Amino acid sequence: MPTNTKPDRPLWTEEFSVYAPEDKFVLRRQFSKFLVLTSFGMLAGNVWILFRSFLGRSNPKYAAKEIGLASQLQRGDVRLFNYPTNNDPCIMVRTRSGKLAAYSQKCTHLSCAVYYSKNENRLECPCHEGFFSAEDGTVLQGPPPRPLPLIQIEQRGNQLFAIGVVENREKS
Amino acid sequence: MNPILNEVRKRRRTVVDAAVAFLVILLIVQMWLLTATLEAYLAGNTGAALPGAMLSLLLFLGCFGLYRFVDRIYRT
Repeated sequence: MPTNTKPDRPLWTEEFSVYAPEDKFVLRRQFSKFLVLTSFGMLAGNVWILFRSFLGRSNPKYAAKEIGLASQLQRGDVRLFNYPTNNDPCIMVRTRSGKLAAYSQKCTHLSCAVYYSKNENRLECPCHEGFFSAEDGTVLQGPPPRPLPLIQIEQRGNQLFAIGVVENREKS
Repeated sequence: MNPILNEVRKRRRTVVDAAVAFLVILLIVQMWLLTATLEAYLAGNTGAALPGAMLSLLLFLGCFGLYRFVDRIYRT
């Protein structure tokens, strides 16, 4: 047990005591110190999020990419493509209402590939039954925490181009 | 060994154990808070960032206070 009556002990004996009861205290103190450091790390994480929130999130710019002909997509038809890189699978749908919409194909829950259900007119994730609206990509049901990232499309004549990705839409 | 001193040591250890247990609980709450704030931020909802950071600061101060408490018991 450490007391103030042992001033001539070397410093290292405080951390590596040969006395069993004292050692238990040291272990608890060190464990507490570790927990406080972890707490500080999480505080730093929260402050980082706050900092990023004040800065605002911006959508990066990507080069336009040709993704096919508009006339080839009838209502209920689907086209798969990759944008902005070959590792980013996307899905383009001509919805029941005739609207042309494209989204990232990765489910926002655990990145499974979503597919279009023509009967239900919605995008479905087969892994955990997360459903998204085909009209705007918002979550209809299931565990996905946020909408599918939206791929911006531009029609030049009959040609379709992907021109950007919008990720930070408000939760609906 | 002095039985009174022994009893005092035992009680101190109990108090320290309680403080460490409380510290762990605070840490679990802080971990949940960080996860929830990050989830909200990634969903585009930035309104949760400020209250999240303030609450996290309070929890950190609580953890630090408990550590000081454990340290003080060790040193006395």
